[in-house]
Amino acid sequence: MFWLLFLALLLVFAASLYIGAQRSRQVAGPNTHVLHSRPSYHGGYLAIMATVPALGLLIIWSIAQGPIIDGMVVGQFSDEFEALSLPAREAFLRDARAIAFGGIVSFTDELKEAAAQIYQNLYRISTIAMTVLMALFVVVGFRRGYSSIEPKRRTRHFVERAVMIVLIACSVVAIFTTVGIVLSLIFESIRFFTMIPIHNFLFGLHWSPQSAFAGAGEVVDANPEVFGAIPLIAGTLFITFIAMLVAGPVGLFAAIYLSDYASNTVRAVAKPVLEVLAGVPTVVYGFFAALTVAPFIRNSGEGLGLDVSSESALAAGLVMGIMIIPFVSSLSDDVISAVPQSLRDGSLALGSTKSETIRRVVLPAALPGIVSAMILAISRAIGETMIVVMAAGLAANLTINPLEAVTTVTVQIVTLLVGDQEFDSAKTLAAFALGLLLFCVTLTLNFIALRVVQKYREQYD
Amino acid sequence: MTDVAASPPAAGAPSQGQGLHTSDAARKRLKARYASEARFKFFGIAAVLTAAFFLVLLLSTIVGQAIPAFNQHYVTIPVDLSQESLDPNNEGEAVLRRVDYDAVVRNGLRSLFPYVESRGDRRTLGGLVSSGSAVRIRQEVLDDPDATIGQTSFAVPLDDVADLYFKGQVSEERFVETTGEASPTGTEGTIQILSTANDFRDLLADVKDFLGEQADEVERELASRERSLERAEIDIVSYRDRMPEEGSDRREFFEDQVQILERGINGLNANIRDLTAELADLRARSTAAGADEVLTTELPSILVEINGGVVKASSINATAVEGEVIVPLTTTAAASGGDWSIREVVLPERNRKLDDRSLIYLDQLAADERVERQFNMIFFSSGASREAELAGIWGAVVGSFFTMVVTLSLAFPLGVAAAIYLEEFAPKNRLTQLIEVNINNLAAVPSIVFGLLGLAVFLNTFGLPRSAPLVGGMVLALMTLPTIIIASRAALRAVPPSIREGALGVGASKLQTVLHHVLPLAMPGILTGTIIGMAQALGETAPLLMIGMVAFIVDIPATPVDPSTVLPVQIFMWADFPEVLFRQKTSAAILVLLAFLVTMNALAVILRKRFERRW
Repeated sequence: MFWLLFLALLLVFAASLYIGAQRSRQVAGPNTHVLHSRPSYHGGYLAIMATVPALGLLIIWSIAQGPIIDGMVVGQFSDEFEALSLPAREAFLRDARAIAFGGIVSFTDELKEAAAQIYQNLYRISTIAMTVLMALFVVVGFRRGYSSIEPKRRTRHFVERAVMIVLIACSVVAIFTTVGIVLSLIFESIRFFTMIPIHNFLFGLHWSPQSAFAGAGEVVDANPEVFGAIPLIAGTLFITFIAMLVAGPVGLFAAIYLSDYASNTVRAVAKPVLEVLAGVPTVVYGFFAALTVAPFIRNSGEGLGLDVSSESALAAGLVMGIMIIPFVSSLSDDVISAVPQSLRDGSLALGSTKSETIRRVVLPAALPGIVSAMILAISRAIGETMIVVMAAGLAANLTINPLEAVTTVTVQIVTLLVGDQEFDSAKTLAAFALGLLLFCVTLTLNFIALRVVQKYREQYD
Repeated sequence: MTDVAASPPAAGAPSQGQGLHTSDAARKRLKARYASEARFKFFGIAAVLTAAFFLVLLLSTIVGQAIPAFNQHYVTIPVDLSQESLDPNNEGEAVLRRVDYDAVVRNGLRSLFPYVESRGDRRTLGGLVSSGSAVRIRQEVLDDPDATIGQTSFAVPLDDVADLYFKGQVSEERFVETTGEASPTGTEGTIQILSTANDFRDLLADVKDFLGEQADEVERELASRERSLERAEIDIVSYRDRMPEEGSDRREFFEDQVQILERGINGLNANIRDLTAELADLRARSTAAGADEVLTTELPSILVEINGGVVKASSINATAVEGEVIVPLTTTAAASGGDWSIREVVLPERNRKLDDRSLIYLDQLAADERVERQFNMIFFSSGASREAELAGIWGAVVGSFFTMVVTLSLAFPLGVAAAIYLEEFAPKNRLTQLIEVNINNLAAVPSIVFGLLGLAVFLNTFGLPRSAPLVGGMVLALMTLPTIIIASRAALRAVPPSIREGALGVGASKLQTVLHHVLPLAMPGILTGTIIGMAQALGETAPLLMIGMVAFIVDIPATPVDPSTVLPVQIFMWADFPEVLFRQKTSAAILVLLAFLVTMNALAVILRKRFERRW
């Protein structure tokens, strides 16, 4: 119904555009130059007058009617609901809605049928009322707009103001997204921290939320001892460390080589290689890690007589490092290229070799940028999900042996939230607390990276 | 740093031919500097080559695995789809629906193998074709009864393991030349085949070698068990030593540990005993030269093809085998050398999914020219399935398509509008600064956090459907928004001010200037950025896992609110399945995904090259 009415409004909009323009030509007579605004703006003016109030009504009504009608149904069945628990009530309403509007019904009984009947009636009344009201809005808006079209009317200003409001609204979406992220994470995390004390979460050494509850499905107090995030943080940092051991030197040296040594032909080949490496989806890296790298490391480790887990931190870290190489190299390349040629020329003119120039002149000059690139790469590695989900382990071990399995924050978020879940348990809420942690850490790292560049960068030209 | 300054040439150079460098020390220094220069350059090259090597390794692994998945083997079986047997009274669809098509497939297969009689063997036979065969026949009959009814044969897909067998990926095989005259002792049941020459000698040696290798393996295992045993004993001693010094609660813990260890030691001892016995047995069998050998399922299989039949050897010596007849022989006449053949399937039967019997049946189907290799249409046209040979990516592709449509239709207008406002109109104030900081931050937020946002806000607060491309598209739109805004702003900034001034000069309003003149000129750049953002979104997996797009969905989604999955998530799910064919299909799906991404990026490059103007 929503889309049908929306479509109707669109039609009204298009029609008003045309009618408004025609009307303005009509009132202007043969001399169109007497119009303050061009006819198309009059059309826009009329279209906005006719449809925007009705559109607002449509949106608000559609959002509001669900809860209001639910409330009315609950009111009808208040006696029966006394006996039911909250989940049972929700299930009842869900089933009633499903009976009324089609959907998957778990089971039916007379009471539900009755509720479904009420649902259907109320929705019919609501829809009719909304349609009538919208039609009223359209007619009134259209008539007011139509009658007010006159040559001197500054409809261009009106339309441009409206467009500007739309533009501002679009740019505010970014703020709303951030606010949405922060609020949803904080809100769920606070619920989590009412169940599990925050110090247990931040400083606990033991993580096994799957064993948090005594019985399956029963609401039992969660054991706060099993929500210690330290092993996850340690695992995340450990894998990130391995990744940076690979990506740091390789990415930096690749950037140096490409910006200062490589001929144009080499660059023409090497740059696309790095870009392709950057464009490969992370799930592909994860598959590669789990199916090629991890077995390879395990087999070669066993060949050396070592005990290697099939989900070793080394495999996940190594592949994550490969993924980050292009990230490091492109950021560093930008920074190194930004060092002015005059510095290089000066150093070369004093007789230093190319590598001496790079090591003693270019790199120090580019250092803030390179540090910032490395920090951004670390932030990227910490937030990376698919590689570790597919190649790292699930068991939260506190170890620094790269051949053992460790788990990470992102892996745990995924395992806690994928599959069947009740949304109120500490287990699923823990994922949001981990998400908050992840968000804060990456935000801080990005902030530091930005500050490093701002504070220490030298302006050379 | 500079040797030039340190060695004035006028100071009486000791001899000619040394150039500027006057002393050995200076030359040494120079040499060291050149060496370090070369080293540095080498590191650079090595870094680039490392990156290239990883890319080649990644792509070659995936391509190598994917290629077999693009083909599939079908077997043509005789079927009885006559009007009389399906729908004798010509009642139409209602009856056709209820026909037992499983029986049609079963009977068709059995008619090809009249000698397969026992229940177990028949089950083996039925397992050779895909379990979806009956459904396919049923579908075809219902779709087009006129053309299908009356057909006497039908091509059905083979089971995944059988398919792999024809792709040569089940086991290595070896054929042995025969020289002697072989005489079987019967045509059915358990028979012996005696050869006049030492035709089986090499095979016997092979088997002995194999036993030797097994023995080596057991020995290694034994050694590792013994090491664990030693370690456990040392641990127990150390616990016992420390126990008196500890407090009571720690002591309890130690006692527990000791008990656990002791239990472990008991297990290990038993294990070591078993392994020792096994080792002795294996060693004895492998070294007893020439003795008869019983072929268990842990040893390579030896199949003898003679007189139109196949015998699976159960014991072997240099000149004879004894074994069970799987395909009956036509006669017991002696076959001369070359007319009969021996075949060794190297991988032991226990270690493969396809047993010897199935393998022989499949060979017969192939010999009858009933097996045919086709382009794998199922992979490109069907949805997910638990059966590897029936699984396809079409459902995921459609899901990805819907998701991308939603993402594009949200992110593109929003992103362009935001970019226009921020670049062209926004006053420098706190609000716009806040927006800019926000956009830059959002670009660096881990994608999984967007998934959490989608779960908490779109699913739980707004009550939108789980697993729907609509929600996935919304989440991805928020994720790609910063990319599009940043690219669009760069494109708008690149339009020179003279354009704006010209438009303003002839009386356009600011909005007209932007919409009529600046935006069209910036469009190629904006589109390039958008395509790159969309390519990122297409490859994104993690946020979609959060909103339930990881569900197992067989049907092809028809609208953006139907539950569905997307290509990267499909890859993620298939990667978890143990079947070899699933692994190959995962690689093939990756190739499809990469093909989409390459196309999109190529489009972006073309757009940039053709339409972007330099001012």
